[in-house]
Amino acid sequence: MIAENPIPFEARSKLRIPLVSAKVQAGFPSPADDHMERSLDLNEHLVANPAATFFVRVQGDSMRDAGIASGDILIVDRSVEPKDRQIVVAMPEGEFTVKRLCKREGKVFLEAENSAFKPIEVAKNQELVIWGVVTFVIHQA
Amino acid sequence: MSTRFALVDCNNFYASCERVFNPRLIGRPVAILSNNDGCVIARSEEVKQLGVPMGAPAHEHKETFRKNGVVVMSSNYSLYGDMSARVMETLRPNARAMEVYSIDEAFLALEEWQGVDFARWLRARVRQWTGIPVSIGIGPTKTLAKIANRITKKTPELGGVLDLALVRDIDEILSKIACDDIWGIGKRLAVRLAAGGIRNACEMKHGDSAWIRKTLGVVGERIQRELQGIPCLELEEMPAPKKGIASAKSFGRPVEKLEELEEALATYTARAAEKLRSGGLVAKQIHVFVATNPFSIKQPQYSAGTDAPLPHPSNHTPDLISAALRLLRAIYQPGHQYKKTGIFLTELVAEESVQPDFFEPASIITERGREIDQIVDTLNRKLGRNVVRYAAMGLNPSWAMRQENRSGRFTTRWDEIPTAMA
Repeated sequence: MIAENPIPFEARSKLRIPLVSAKVQAGFPSPADDHMERSLDLNEHLVANPAATFFVRVQGDSMRDAGIASGDILIVDRSVEPKDRQIVVAMPEGEFTVKRLCKREGKVFLEAENSAFKPIEVAKNQELVIWGVVTFVIHQA
Repeated sequence: MSTRFALVDCNNFYASCERVFNPRLIGRPVAILSNNDGCVIARSEEVKQLGVPMGAPAHEHKETFRKNGVVVMSSNYSLYGDMSARVMETLRPNARAMEVYSIDEAFLALEEWQGVDFARWLRARVRQWTGIPVSIGIGPTKTLAKIANRITKKTPELGGVLDLALVRDIDEILSKIACDDIWGIGKRLAVRLAAGGIRNACEMKHGDSAWIRKTLGVVGERIQRELQGIPCLELEEMPAPKKGIASAKSFGRPVEKLEELEEALATYTARAAEKLRSGGLVAKQIHVFVATNPFSIKQPQYSAGTDAPLPHPSNHTPDLISAALRLLRAIYQPGHQYKKTGIFLTELVAEESVQPDFFEPASIITERGREIDQIVDTLNRKLGRNVVRYAAMGLNPSWAMRQENRSGRFTTRWDEIPTAMA
């Protein structure tokens, strides 16, 4: 029998490349022809490592003061090493949550950016699973 | 310089994909069912421990599932396919060459310095970037790399990595590998080997080459040399050209009416046509089959298949649908409870190699037809499969696959990406 393609590869981003502009038939060629460049691709700017990048939707407003609102889309790069003060997606209790990672006096906290929420302290014996580091936030203006 | 190969294999791949996005499944037994939720096609380690075999009908193990809190899920191929591509893209830059062998396995060609330390690093990298745990076996041939990988799975102390170059007595390891567990030797060949007194990989390695060649042919000879550490199988970096394309699925419920079979077959045919086009191919021959459910012992059984050459080599959806439906009507018999229908397209050739038929100019796909196919493919890629469909495919299929417990398509649909609480 006949297997399907082993993996469905799909280009993550398709670039539109304007090839020619001015028609050849008559008249003068466009003076811009020699300066044609390809259109900007947001993926280049937002996704440094496609294999390790995931999108996650936000629910709740505990990160309001960091500019993250409910309904926003987070760009999460799992290949980035999580550091102190970075915004991360973690799962302290088996559920995805977005918080700021803070290390203070030998302790690790997941802090909200909204005074109505208390920081979550990660107990020493509890393994804190950082799922990925948030690199960009997509927010509808 | 001696060649070295690694086989990288994802551990319990489908269950691992589910766990990346649903951490509550970590440490819990997870079973994943085939299309239509019929059989167990993937098991987490815990389910393997419970003794539920691969391919087992799910309904036979309901009690085991319930007693042990097994999470039973429908398969989510959109997710597995995307996660597979991520694993492969993470591996690729780290090897001189790579062969994607299956959805969850890849062979790498390694440099001499790439040993256990490299494999541990690579394993950690795939885990961090994609969340998927892998095992890595390294050996001088693909066959031995495959065996090394198998051993890592059975020996947790190895931490998922084994390089046969560091093993003092390879024969001792090989003597524990049964013949039908050697890559390329199935049950049938293993029986033939056993008749000649060869029961494990070590005995095959040192067996009489002339006898092995006589009994198993050149394939057996090649496997023996591979076991001896002499590489005979190269990496296949390009996927082999397709010999045929199949599209067939079981129904969510038994189907009796011809109209419903027609809708289903038209849908599978449209999918097969899309696959043809994406490979730049056209088919010359078409095969259609129907079958009742062999497990419904009380029902009368019927299965039939037939094939016909296409009037001209084609990948144009309407051409293929009308040919498929013609064949279906020829084999359909009323009064049966059908479980399955499907289509095989064979004798595939590259689209550009097809000469327009000089005497029958109407027989080639028209420019307009090609344009329509392109538009349909583009729209369906953008909006989701079968959003744009031919009328023959029906609008509201009640025969469609049962997938009651599918997780979200977390990486391929905007409206199904995971949610994080803030």
